[in-house]
Amino acid sequence: MKSRYDVVVVGAGPAGSTAARFAAMGGASVLLVEKDREVGIPVRCAEGVGEKGLRLVVEPQERWIDRVIRGAYLYAPNGVRVCLETNDIGYVLNRKVFDYDLARMAAAEGAEVLTKAYVTGLLTHDGAVNGVRLNHLGRLFNVQCAIVIGADGVESKVGRWAGLRTHVSLHDIESCAQVTASNVDLEDTHCHFFFGREIAPGGYAWVFPKGNGVANIGLGVSGDCARTKPAWAYLEEFLARRFPHVSVLTVVAGGVPVARPLKRLVADGLMLVGDAARQANPVSGGGIVSGMIAAKIAGQVAAQAVREGDVSELRLKEYPARWHAQEGRAHERFYKLKEAIWRLTDEDLNRTAETYLRAPAEKRSLLGLFATALVNQPKLILEAAKVFV
Amino acid sequence: MAEKAIHLKDDLCDLCGTCVAVCPADALELTECRLLIDRERCTLCLNCVYACPFACLEVHDEVPV
Repeated sequence: MKSRYDVVVVGAGPAGSTAARFAAMGGASVLLVEKDREVGIPVRCAEGVGEKGLRLVVEPQERWIDRVIRGAYLYAPNGVRVCLETNDIGYVLNRKVFDYDLARMAAAEGAEVLTKAYVTGLLTHDGAVNGVRLNHLGRLFNVQCAIVIGADGVESKVGRWAGLRTHVSLHDIESCAQVTASNVDLEDTHCHFFFGREIAPGGYAWVFPKGNGVANIGLGVSGDCARTKPAWAYLEEFLARRFPHVSVLTVVAGGVPVARPLKRLVADGLMLVGDAARQANPVSGGGIVSGMIAAKIAGQVAAQAVREGDVSELRLKEYPARWHAQEGRAHERFYKLKEAIWRLTDEDLNRTAETYLRAPAEKRSLLGLFATALVNQPKLILEAAKVFV
Repeated sequence: MAEKAIHLKDDLCDLCGTCVAVCPADALELTECRLLIDRERCTLCLNCVYACPFACLEVHDEVPV
């Protein structure tokens, strides 16, 4: 480890490693630090991604993919299920291998990677961020840099330390619990989504197959709804009811921000990406691809800004400007849709599934499903059209 | 009189950081191996108690040392 880099990236998840890779490709000297002892572990994720989105940032590798997904089954509260086939395939990843490889790819571009390296605070000069305080294996270091990229996940402190408002309201957090289980008896070519007040209020339950009868089974409930009963209690009930015979191989908790994008993603010498920037899709909760898309832009802008010798907030705003142009409007629409979907009652959802199934097979589509669900909110059907067509 | 404070059931905490995200007072921090609670900053809003997936945060009387 050197005492100075152009860019320090905090957190070696998919967003952090992607930011590090693109900053290094742009010619910056990069240090990528990870607090855990190993990149990729523990996995706090359902591991689903769309192939098209992933390909925008990185060429998918076979060893990252546990299962290729051809469509989705959506289950209404009364158990009626709707099949959505799409032309776009998805993957259930093996995040341990995926995250590890993304960090290795950043290293291959010249980034230095350090694990067991916990950032305890930021260094500043005249109000601008210019480094991090680092605890690496019990020793304390001050590492200077031009830009800090905070990719430190849902629990992000980097933004707060720089004065950005990253607090997520209880309403906009999904409190999640998941098991990885074996002996799961559901079609493993599809992802499965379960809806209903009793199952996961203000969220949904999922089954994402990983092959060989193994699947990630989890759920998220909105923080609002978790007041009276925690996510884990909902999951225990869901497992007992739907999957009484599975064996549980892994248990994990997690939080997913399903919020509007942050007002400020940058400050002098600082950028935020991924879950730290609350960039996960508010409807699906998916944060891998959205974080990586943002991180690619952030890494590119960081390298360019370093080359120009201007890392002011004004200069770094190129990153949120490009992100908003590419993703921001869709994110805002997804947020509105999330709010609308949460207002649907179990009866609305049951009716939607039944109405949808009565339509001719060739006319069924994700947009059609939204149009049926939001029939009383025609403005939102337009919003849905803008993100699904 | 003993004051109320947030307490962590260490053996249940999965170090997921959900509580940190919803804390409006910046009173929580997740290191590589533990959750730190800054009781001076805590406003007892209970967001962390509600958001924790495993219900491992509780509010009860602070035990005098």
